[in-house]
Amino acid sequence: MLDLMTGNAAAAKAAMLARVEVIAAYPITPQTSISEKLAEMVANGEMNAKYIKVESEHSAMAALIGASYIGARTFTATSSQGLALMHEMLFWASGARRPIVMPVVSRALGPPWNIWTDHMDVMGERDTGWMQLFCENNQETLDLILMAYRVAEDKDIMLPAMIIEDGFILSHTFEKVDVPAIEEIDFYLHPFNPDVKVNFRKPRRYGSLVMPDWAMEFRYNNALAMEKAKKKWVEAGIAFKKAFGRDYSSLVELYRCEDADVALIVAGSAAGTAKVSADRMRERGRKVGVAKLRAFRPFPTEEVMRLGEGVRTIGVFDRSYTFAQGGAIYGEVRNALYPMASDVRVKGYIGGLGGRDITEAEFEKMFEDLLAIAKSGSMSKDVEWVALKDGSYRW
Amino acid sequence: MIEIRFHGRGGQGAVVASELLARAAVMNRLHAAAFPFFGVERRGAPVTAFCRIDLKPIRTHSEIYFPDYVVVLDPDLVSMTNVLQGLKPDGALLINSAKESCDLQHVKWNKVATVDATSIAIKYGLGSENSPIVNTAIIGAFSKICPQVPLESVIESILKASPGDKKANAEAAKEAFETVKGVW
Repeated sequence: MLDLMTGNAAAAKAAMLARVEVIAAYPITPQTSISEKLAEMVANGEMNAKYIKVESEHSAMAALIGASYIGARTFTATSSQGLALMHEMLFWASGARRPIVMPVVSRALGPPWNIWTDHMDVMGERDTGWMQLFCENNQETLDLILMAYRVAEDKDIMLPAMIIEDGFILSHTFEKVDVPAIEEIDFYLHPFNPDVKVNFRKPRRYGSLVMPDWAMEFRYNNALAMEKAKKKWVEAGIAFKKAFGRDYSSLVELYRCEDADVALIVAGSAAGTAKVSADRMRERGRKVGVAKLRAFRPFPTEEVMRLGEGVRTIGVFDRSYTFAQGGAIYGEVRNALYPMASDVRVKGYIGGLGGRDITEAEFEKMFEDLLAIAKSGSMSKDVEWVALKDGSYRW
Repeated sequence: MIEIRFHGRGGQGAVVASELLARAAVMNRLHAAAFPFFGVERRGAPVTAFCRIDLKPIRTHSEIYFPDYVVVLDPDLVSMTNVLQGLKPDGALLINSAKESCDLQHVKWNKVATVDATSIAIKYGLGSENSPIVNTAIIGAFSKICPQVPLESVIESILKASPGDKKANAEAAKEAFETVKGVW
């Protein structure tokens, strides 16, 4: 059924459609309307779930880890400082192989105090062993949460997933969303039924001390599961397309990249704006494309390399900064393309921090810059901050 | 693509107006997106909200700088803020005011329509007399100046998603549609 809803309403709706059984959440701007909507749906009987009110995000994640051990399908949502407070428990969730699904309504970390979107919060958790997927619009928020349960609860995977929707730009914007019937979802997403559940009649130990002779093998298994998740997301995307018609069958969505001279890699809501900008460039005869990065963890190394085989000048737009060389995505892309480094040039752009608006015109400037690099074959600077008050800075 | 900016005060319903208008466009088989100015809202403080309507899916997620329409829910805002900022040269302005456009001193613009949404809202018991909620009346009037969103879709949208008494809100929209002045 077609409806008009905010990204946060879409996230709450997805939890309902997935028949989530335990929710533990703590409010934080701009996530709050997700936890409010879920509380409302549990209170009025629309959802048959247990809603645990907790005193912090750290406790929310701890509660869900316990509930997941029992065999319950679990859900929470957070943003920014709340996600940072969860940090310790994020490792616990992935190490204990709990398939918790959590929308992260991305928001800058303070100071300076700021409630608007950027990706510093999620990139700060990139090494916690969680899967991380970015949404371009509210439809994707709804769809990716449903897909996330299917992948996360797969017996070969058993990893938690963050579904990232940009704060305000998606969370508080009303968009057209096609909402599947819950009965259709039941065919796509089966109940969570892990091999091992806490059973008081058959006591076991969970989260015990593991000595150096085995700890590394546990970590290696996590790494293997993350690697396998690439294929599982593609499979979940193919099945989703069959059931609902919308295509998520790749970890990187290529837009007008086939014959492109340059391509810009973008994650999240800015990908839509970049596509509009690419269309305008194409009208002027500029051969540019957009590669929308859907998955950041697992990182689609192979798909990025395939892009690099066809397009030799690649830009990466990051809404984060690593305080090393450019943004988080830029680092991964350069890493993936290193084997063909002599042929491919990768330029990093930092923008949209703390909710700074990213316009079509700004993307057009990035495309022009990339085209100049492609033409001259050389690049004076590797990373540039775009749309700063007194012009761009490069080094 | 049509881009619309609403000016109101916290509590008047500018954000809901943008949502209901987007919903009306979607009911008319168009694509739409609606969003508030991203920030903190306080009752009584000036607020802005935005709406995009298009034949094609809306992919851009940037803010709106050059609207085709500006809708003002509180006439006092006209002297306080530059409601005309960025309005396209052939764009139109709709103001909630009992006056006719020629009597509005602060507005120098070609296409100006006015509607007494405050009186209409009070008549139908929307909000209170001191702080009437004018959003449904104003989008009823808006449908008169924006052919892409017919009154029937606006009424349908209000009956589905308006807070409060849906029928009274729909009546208010209809009356505003019929009484809007200065349509070019």
